[in-house]
Amino acid sequence: MTIAINAQGLRKRYGDVQAVDGVDLEVAEGEFFGILGPNGAGKTTTMEMIEGLREPDEGSAELLGVKSWPRDRGLLRRIGVQLQASAFFEKLTAREQIHTFGSLYGVSPERADEMLATVGLTDKAGTREDKLSGGQAQRLSIACALVHDPELVFLDEPTTGLDPQARRNLWDLLREINDAGRTVVLTTHYMDEAETLCDRVAVMDAGKVLKVGPPRELIAELGVESLEDVFLRLTGREYRE
Amino acid sequence: MSTFLSLSKAMALGLLRDKAAVFFTLLFPLMFLLLFGALFKDAGPAQGTVVQIGRVQVLDELPADARKALSDVLKIEKSKDREQALEDVRKGDVDAAVWQNGDTVEVRYSATDAVASGTITQVLGSVVDKANVAATGQPPAFRLALDRVEDKSLQAIQFFTPGLLGWAVAMGGVVGSAIGLVNWRKKRILRRLWLSPVSPVPVVSARIGVSLLLAFAQTAIFILVATLPYYGLKLTGDWWLVLPLVACGTLAFLSIGLLIGALAKSEEAANGIAQIIILPMAFLSGAFFPLEGAPGWVEKVSSVMPLRHLVTAMEDVLSRGGGWGEALPAMGWMLAFAAVFTALAGKLFRWDAA
Repeated sequence: MTIAINAQGLRKRYGDVQAVDGVDLEVAEGEFFGILGPNGAGKTTTMEMIEGLREPDEGSAELLGVKSWPRDRGLLRRIGVQLQASAFFEKLTAREQIHTFGSLYGVSPERADEMLATVGLTDKAGTREDKLSGGQAQRLSIACALVHDPELVFLDEPTTGLDPQARRNLWDLLREINDAGRTVVLTTHYMDEAETLCDRVAVMDAGKVLKVGPPRELIAELGVESLEDVFLRLTGREYRE
Repeated sequence: MSTFLSLSKAMALGLLRDKAAVFFTLLFPLMFLLLFGALFKDAGPAQGTVVQIGRVQVLDELPADARKALSDVLKIEKSKDREQALEDVRKGDVDAAVWQNGDTVEVRYSATDAVASGTITQVLGSVVDKANVAATGQPPAFRLALDRVEDKSLQAIQFFTPGLLGWAVAMGGVVGSAIGLVNWRKKRILRRLWLSPVSPVPVVSARIGVSLLLAFAQTAIFILVATLPYYGLKLTGDWWLVLPLVACGTLAFLSIGLLIGALAKSEEAANGIAQIIILPMAFLSGAFFPLEGAPGWVEKVSSVMPLRHLVTAMEDVLSRGGGWGEALPAMGWMLAFAAVFTALAGKLFRWDAA
């Protein structure tokens, strides 16, 4: 198995808060990997250190065999990142957004238009970013992350705030992306989503990885009904911030 | 190159589609030029008003052409009531009262408006002198030959065009870059760019390029309007030096905008801070009215401001025959200012809104 992500001993501290406290993760090429955890568990910080957006206080992350910090432009060509659905240029249409993002990677407008068609937004091409529905904006931001055909894709809560139809629709899209041979890493709050999509998941809390494994194995190991039960068993039931 | 072009296009479209931005950076200052240019168009020396009481020989016996020339500077009203006339002078409703007392022409004026009273006393004095010479029956021993030279005094349009243009360029540069930076940070486009294989060079040059384009568009429109026959701005020799001046000014204003953008947390705050800085700077830089006669400290404070240098240098090169000698020091100051403020903004720069 070829390793797409190899993170060792990641730690990050913000003031008094130890946001990430020693995270080791390995993700194989072609895998669909989910990072789960309650709010404030350190999912996003972990993702950002792996992506190379933040420098870890300790530890390091290798993507496709290359260290992600310091910034390596050769590596950045090979990975795609969706930060959040609103990371768009102000007042531009869907087509103009994807053309602009494409140009950052030297992708032709024609290829960018194809990507827009792949996520089913061709008839919304002339719509401005603030006039897109939640599902359309999510699909557009995923298209912008995929426009340069990356080997490794990071998605941060891609289905948050979507209605059930839009979520299912997006799941199909994510599966296609993974079936095309790309490694996909996502964070999510939805256990059903992780259970259906992910080959393996890591459950995090308080900056640590509590458990890693395929959803079915985790369910069997703890003798519960669903991944949601696994999650609640591991992270407890009290309210989070 | 394609990254630079597409980012420039993205920024330019974002700007052009922002109706409020277009209004405040282009149309709003232009409205002031149209308005002020028209209001102050014929603001020559004010015509004084004199009340003549009873007969005054030197005035009544003026030949027609002399009377006409006199009416350009003096409006003469006739009255019979000396007390009332003097009261009007005291109140400032008229500038002077004049009557004849035997061989003496009596003039009473108020010193409220020194310029008006000065003009009136001199004009009346010369009328009396001429009448004296004429009374001798001799030709005058000396004659005063008058001819106009090319007018180098500042006319309203020569003053308002560089002033309001400087103000417009300052607004475009400061507000655009401040709001742009906050917006990109809030929307995480800064982070998204960090995670794409672009170097900072095309990103920064696109920002500068779009700002320069906007500033040149403002310059072109302002000069076109000001040179319309109605407004009558006459360009002199090296007027094109406004272009490098505007370019250097834009860099200085961009650097102020970046500093504001680094500090502000929301677009609204960025816009507010920008206006709080631009408006006083515009007043202190003589963008709206001349600074002549302002106290010394105003002069000192304003000499730090890039807008002051931009306005003064543009005034010189546009229509008063100035050249490199006036433009270069201003450009140097604005570039130095830009360097310092960019460095400061770089220190305070934040990737994330948190």
